[in-house]
Amino acid sequence: MRPILLQGHERSLTQIKFNAEGDLLFSCSKDHVINVWFSHNGERLGTYDGHNGTVWTIDVDSQSKYLVSGSADNTLRLWAVSTGKCLFTWEFPTAVKRVAFSDDDEQVVCITEQRMGHQGAIRVFKINGDGDGTNQSEDPLYMFHPIGSKATVCAFSYTPNVIITGHESGKVALFDVSTGNEILNNERAHMDVVTDLQLSADASYFLTSSKDKTARLHDTKTLKVLKTFSTETPLNSAALSPNRPYVLLGGGQEAMQVTTTSLRQGKFETRFWHKVFEEEVGRVKGHFGPINTIAVHPAGTSYASGGEDGFVRVHHFDDTYFRAKPYGDMEIED
Amino acid sequence: MAIPNGSSTSHEDIDAEIDFSDIEEKYRVDFDDGFDSVIVVDDVPIIDQSKLDRLLQKIAKDFSRKGAPIKPEDIFVPWDDAADKSKGYVFIDLRTPDAAAFAVAAMHGHQFDSRRQFKVNRFMDIEHYANMDETYIEPQTEEYQPKEHLRAFLTDPQGRDQYVTYRGDDVDIHWHGKPSQCEIAYSKKGWTDLYVSWSPLGTYIATLFRQGVRLFGGPSWEPQQRFAHPLVKLIDFSPCEQYLVTWSHDPISVPPNLPQGPEYFSPEDEGNNIAVWDIKSGHLLRTFPTSTLDGEDPTAKKQMQWPALKWSADDKFTARVTAGQHISVYELPSMGLHNKKSLKIEGVVDFEWCPHGEKDRDEADKASAAGKTKKARENMLAYWTPEVANQPARVTLVNFPSRTVLRQKNLFNVTDCKLYWQNQGDFLCVKVDRHTKTKKSIFCNLEIFRVREKDYPVEVVELKDTVTDFSWEPKGERFAIVSSNDPNLGNPGPGITIKTDISFFQLDRAKNDFKLLHTLTSRTSNTIRWSPRGRHVVLATVGSSSKSELEFWDLDFGTEDRREGQVVKEEWGSGIQQLGSADHYGVTDVEWDPSGRYLATSASAWRHTLENGYAIWDFRGQEVEKHLLDRFKQFIWRPRPRTLLTKEQQRQIRRNLREYSRAFDEEDAAEESNVSAELIAHRKRLVDEWNAWRAHCKKDIAEEKRNRGQRINGEHHEEEKEEIEEWIDEVIEQIEEEVVE
Repeated sequence: MRPILLQGHERSLTQIKFNAEGDLLFSCSKDHVINVWFSHNGERLGTYDGHNGTVWTIDVDSQSKYLVSGSADNTLRLWAVSTGKCLFTWEFPTAVKRVAFSDDDEQVVCITEQRMGHQGAIRVFKINGDGDGTNQSEDPLYMFHPIGSKATVCAFSYTPNVIITGHESGKVALFDVSTGNEILNNERAHMDVVTDLQLSADASYFLTSSKDKTARLHDTKTLKVLKTFSTETPLNSAALSPNRPYVLLGGGQEAMQVTTTSLRQGKFETRFWHKVFEEEVGRVKGHFGPINTIAVHPAGTSYASGGEDGFVRVHHFDDTYFRAKPYGDMEIED
Repeated sequence: MAIPNGSSTSHEDIDAEIDFSDIEEKYRVDFDDGFDSVIVVDDVPIIDQSKLDRLLQKIAKDFSRKGAPIKPEDIFVPWDDAADKSKGYVFIDLRTPDAAAFAVAAMHGHQFDSRRQFKVNRFMDIEHYANMDETYIEPQTEEYQPKEHLRAFLTDPQGRDQYVTYRGDDVDIHWHGKPSQCEIAYSKKGWTDLYVSWSPLGTYIATLFRQGVRLFGGPSWEPQQRFAHPLVKLIDFSPCEQYLVTWSHDPISVPPNLPQGPEYFSPEDEGNNIAVWDIKSGHLLRTFPTSTLDGEDPTAKKQMQWPALKWSADDKFTARVTAGQHISVYELPSMGLHNKKSLKIEGVVDFEWCPHGEKDRDEADKASAAGKTKKARENMLAYWTPEVANQPARVTLVNFPSRTVLRQKNLFNVTDCKLYWQNQGDFLCVKVDRHTKTKKSIFCNLEIFRVREKDYPVEVVELKDTVTDFSWEPKGERFAIVSSNDPNLGNPGPGITIKTDISFFQLDRAKNDFKLLHTLTSRTSNTIRWSPRGRHVVLATVGSSSKSELEFWDLDFGTEDRREGQVVKEEWGSGIQQLGSADHYGVTDVEWDPSGRYLATSASAWRHTLENGYAIWDFRGQEVEKHLLDRFKQFIWRPRPRTLLTKEQQRQIRRNLREYSRAFDEEDAAEESNVSAELIAHRKRLVDEWNAWRAHCKKDIAEEKRNRGQRINGEHHEEEKEEIEEWIDEVIEQIEEEVVE
């Protein structure tokens, strides 16, 4: 499983994403640039230039037509995936920390930071797919300010107008965006800030990672914790692997403490855990800084990790990975 | 604000409610009533006025002669006016309480003249005794409580070993056996303030507190004994667990309210650091000051030798060295200096007692069984002296208590010597360090005394390099050394890992000398750990920040059983084989379990804070278990006492090993299938639960989608609707199956 090293960023990675087919890989970083790569050979297809600050987050729609990105320059941008053109820019008073498309590609949710006297806000925009895409509405479809601990990550659930959020306090909640009401929450989902949230294919369960050194699997409907994966290092990202019953966890020592710790102690490895048995299956080394983000190919044939070291490593799984049955013959539903 | 007033009154209220009388009683200060310096001298001649002056002169003179100078004016003589004679006792004011105490000690029982002996008491004591309650109270006879068997852990049906771990404030005692048999035997928070320690035969566990040492034992870990040595830092057991030595950096002080008794310090012990205790009775036997050389700068901190007292293997003697002067041997249980004089040896630096081997014990048992008084073998000790004034350095073997010199060997150009006894007392190796001509580096010679043979022949093994570690194979005729010629040796720094060579030597029976078996070059290992049963050895790199290798070696690979048959080695050193290697990052301690089956390595938070925890390996280097635990401090296997089986029984077992091992193999196999069956069942259950939940989810989502589909696309074709309904039917069938299960 020799990885492909994508050396296109000058600063640490913030998020990487596969498109629905898995042939493209999008990556954004603190160096203000968004890159798109061919995932099978690591060739760079192009960049999306325009942001004037750290790009915190990206998401791509299911048709690979539009890309949205949120940045520390207080803007949310809509890009045409194929041309690299910026179609529309929304401006906010504070930085955008997280964006996500809805299932039907018609809506985008974004979280803006709580800073400089401005409240943290969650906004939902309607994406107008007619024409060339530049004709977008300035005003959000819905907007509300979640009360209490600020939201760090979010995603649409399978129910329309309901989003799942992860919070700084470790809380996980369901919000109705049309009213701004909290439908359900689990205050004790994590003990520390929730760093990543990724949904299963049908959005019926989701995986969160946290600085409390655990990753957890939750039921979208009840927000109950189904499984817990405890590691010995703060986690920055967690991804579900389709077709194989594994979850991928990545993290490491806090970036600010990296210089004072040895490579060995930093634990900058991608950990594979069995989703159902809650047992660690294996690790993949490579990064020499904490892993900030992990994404798995939608078909489950490869995965990519982006680190604080500025590299993206794309790993195509060997045949043995699919053939190996470390736990015997067991049919596990995805 | 009104708060201060309000709060102060409430405080007073609270104060008023609490009864402090018990605390006041406890901390009551004894008022100095000014009579501390007054003593009463009784049985003084009754005299009349004319002889008064002469009597006073005489008393003052007697006192002064004994070192308590007083003047006649200090003496008050009570006068019987009716008879115009003295009353036969006098009061003397000594000015200070200390002087009074001294005078009482010095003058009590003083022969004043042929008939009279002074009876001297403190004035305060008279009052004390007068007020004593004289009614006799029958002491309650304590009901007999049967004690638990202290070695009950040896009767474990599964034959497991125990170990103790100390992490944070938690002390846990674990059983260690097959994976399914590992469990915690006992666990207690804050069981110790400093560290824990097993006694050498595993009977007791000692924990250290500010107040002293406590011993626990038995299956329920009841307190067994305690030794009140405040601020104790170091402890050492005698080899047969009869005595305990404790050391505290702070000199012993005896506060006035300290209870009296054989278990407590008395004023004579004040200022000492080392205490020797009897474990069974809990009595204090003797205290010592930490030995410092006369004329040596006490502020110059020299590494203190610990154990400060070295015990002979049978607990009959203990000895300590006063560097450069003498070795003092004390007899037990009296703790008196043997023959009332030390072994005067000019320049003596260090000594070691000869350990007792199984042979010695068997002989001793035989001798005592036969009722013979002839001693099997005397205790033996070895010491060395450096070169002093035209006299060469010297290693000497002495018999004790007869004090006959058995063997002496002169050595030249010696820088340092270290004495290593083989654990059966068969061999003594003296590692002699010498400076090379340039005075920059050190090279080593090993002088090996064959103690069991006539005239104690000495073999010399000459080496070119510096030897940093030496270790005898337990019960064997082999030893291993770590040698190094690395230029960085001696100046340790961060990131410096010293390159070392490991060599094994073995006694060649034919030629009667020690020959090199094998050398492993360019290693980083600095620690040798022989299995307690010999044969297996682990080489470890300890205390390095970059290397942490463990190498597992077998020295008799391929030889069936070297003890049983007189196997002739076809080739010298052919049996050496590496069994495995492993890595435990940041390892600080390496220890074999008493059976020699497992090895424990630990990374203690006392040394560093990286990846603390412990791991247990089997003798081949396979990891059995590993735990990363922050704030992990200590790991110790519980030692086992000597086997009770006779030589014959042991031989019998070895002969029938096949049969025994078959039984164990069956047990293992059953165990394994049992475990895996359990695990598989558990996993099956997890998978079933998961799949059931997934099915449930899918149904939910499908339903929701359908509802939404209806709601959103209200005018769907009917055909399509029918299709969807069919699909739902299928799902419901699935659910029914689940219920049946």
